Amino acid sequence: MLKFVFKRLIEAIPTLLVLILVSFVLMHAAPGSPFTGERSLPPEILANIEAKYGLDQPLYVQFFHYLGGLLQGDLGPSFKYKDFSVNELVGQSFPVSAEIGLWAFLTAVVLGVLFGVVAALKQNTWVDYGVMSLAMTGVVIPSFVLAPLLVLIFAVHLRWLPAGGWNGGEWMYMLLPVLAMAAHYISSIARIMRGSMIEIMHSNFIRTARAKGLPAGYIIWRHALKPALLPVISYLGPAFVGIITGSVVIETIFGLPGIGQLFVNGSLNRDYSMVLGITVLIGALTIMFNAIVDIMYAYIDPKIRY
Amino acid sequence: MITNKPNSEAVSRFATQLQEAPAEVEGRSLWQDARRRFMHNKAAMISLITLSVIILLCLFGSQLGDFTYDDIDWNAMQIAPDTASGHFFGTDSLGRDLFVRTLVGGQISLMVGVLGALVAIVIGTLYGAMAGFIGGRTDSFMMRTLEILNSFPFMFFVILLVTFFGRNIMLIFIAIGAVSWLDMARIVRGQTLSLKSKEFIEAAHVCGVSTWAIITRHIVPNVLGIVVVYATLLVPSMILFESFLSYLGLGVQEPMTSWGALLNEGSKTMEVAPWQLLFPAGFLVTTLFCFNFVGDGLRDALDPKDR
Repeated sequence: MLKFVFKRLIEAIPTLLVLILVSFVLMHAAPGSPFTGERSLPPEILANIEAKYGLDQPLYVQFFHYLGGLLQGDLGPSFKYKDFSVNELVGQSFPVSAEIGLWAFLTAVVLGVLFGVVAALKQNTWVDYGVMSLAMTGVVIPSFVLAPLLVLIFAVHLRWLPAGGWNGGEWMYMLLPVLAMAAHYISSIARIMRGSMIEIMHSNFIRTARAKGLPAGYIIWRHALKPALLPVISYLGPAFVGIITGSVVIETIFGLPGIGQLFVNGSLNRDYSMVLGITVLIGALTIMFNAIVDIMYAYIDPKIRY
Repeated sequence: MITNKPNSEAVSRFATQLQEAPAEVEGRSLWQDARRRFMHNKAAMISLITLSVIILLCLFGSQLGDFTYDDIDWNAMQIAPDTASGHFFGTDSLGRDLFVRTLVGGQISLMVGVLGALVAIVIGTLYGAMAGFIGGRTDSFMMRTLEILNSFPFMFFVILLVTFFGRNIMLIFIAIGAVSWLDMARIVRGQTLSLKSKEFIEAAHVCGVSTWAIITRHIVPNVLGIVVVYATLLVPSMILFESFLSYLGLGVQEPMTSWGALLNEGSKTMEVAPWQLLFPAGFLVTTLFCFNFVGDGLRDALDPKDR
């Protein structure tokens, strides 16, 4: 097991390197430079600025320089916010995104599994149909449609919750963004969970457990849940990526000072080092999370042993 | 020859029978079978009809309005929907007719959806079929590449591309298509692996057909069923992708529009002009629903396990 964990973590490194290389090359292949603004700078000043950021050196030197910085946890200076480094800006906004994302992720998993199990146990009753049509709606409606609708209902008409803002992470301010972000994943997980739960409940070992006279709750908790969770676990990787990506739009809608908004602003301002830094950071997180999911999967499923 | 007389007689009798056999006894092909089953699926059929109506509306409906998508009606800024003024869906904050804009935006969204899916399918099918058919080290290399690509956060990557190379609808097609073929490739590879050992492929090998010809003439047509199903499910996710980019202001450029861009405008003014949000949202969500139901219907119709 330990060997597998180690191997899986080692395998993540080349992936990460490719990601960094491709993003880096793309950034430098882009036409124009971040310093060509409305007023064109005199060539001497431009040369000076480029020398300051090391842009006058050959590309591979710059790449290794950047990589060296990354190894020390340094994402470089921001090209647009002159007095800040990318680290400082990311450091301010990352906790906001992490908090919202974590809550959305937990909500999606807990509610999704719960709904899925309930629908499966009440298969072909109105409970099942109700939950499943709700889930279908949740899968189809994109977060950037759902979020404004939620704001329209709960903030504008009912006036129960604030329409946006962060306010230091008060729960009132987090409720709508978390819900808007999680809705799609609650639905997807519920659909996956229902399918696998129905399959498990019809399998032989559950029949044996029933025949032994074990109470229903015990059977579900001890015997059915663990194997039924496997497909959900393999969905966690994509769900994680989706929630991170969704944060871009959700943060814009609700005006949250998170990393998604930083990214969008950075790309609209052509702040290359910021965009590159966030892409690398998110990529590293994604790759790490995928590795963790794989390890978790191997841990839970006794059939997988490497 | 070992054939004795009664046998050859029987053979010739059978031959004449074959020639005289009535033409009506026809085998049903996979596709005819699937079509029949699809027609019986009510949700899928209703979705298909709704979808056709939406597509026709988007293509030709903009001729029905008195305005073009970038006409500014100075007398009617941000007015509510009413039929008397000719603004069936109202106007936006610049006085442009929302009915026409929604339909024109639909053209863009649907076009991106279909073309993006097409690019993804062509790349994905060929890649998957090649990896599965050639096998060995090539296969493991190609699959390893796929895994690496799969762990990229692609939305960020596309935004990166769009930022660096400018907003351009062609670039969006290519970017979206080029990053969405991964699942397709994996599905096709799985199918190819099971097809590879079938007799007709072996026969093609014996006849000296080249690898490329076997892939394109024998493997690809046989995985088409699953490709079609996946394609119908891919189109809505492409539309979503494009709307997402446009919503962030990184998609189509003004005065051109798409459903995502309209939703973005609509969500800014929804407190005073909810119709600006609700009409594009209605169109987008209906389209997504229909594609999903059609896709599910096709999957049920084409699933060979379900005979």
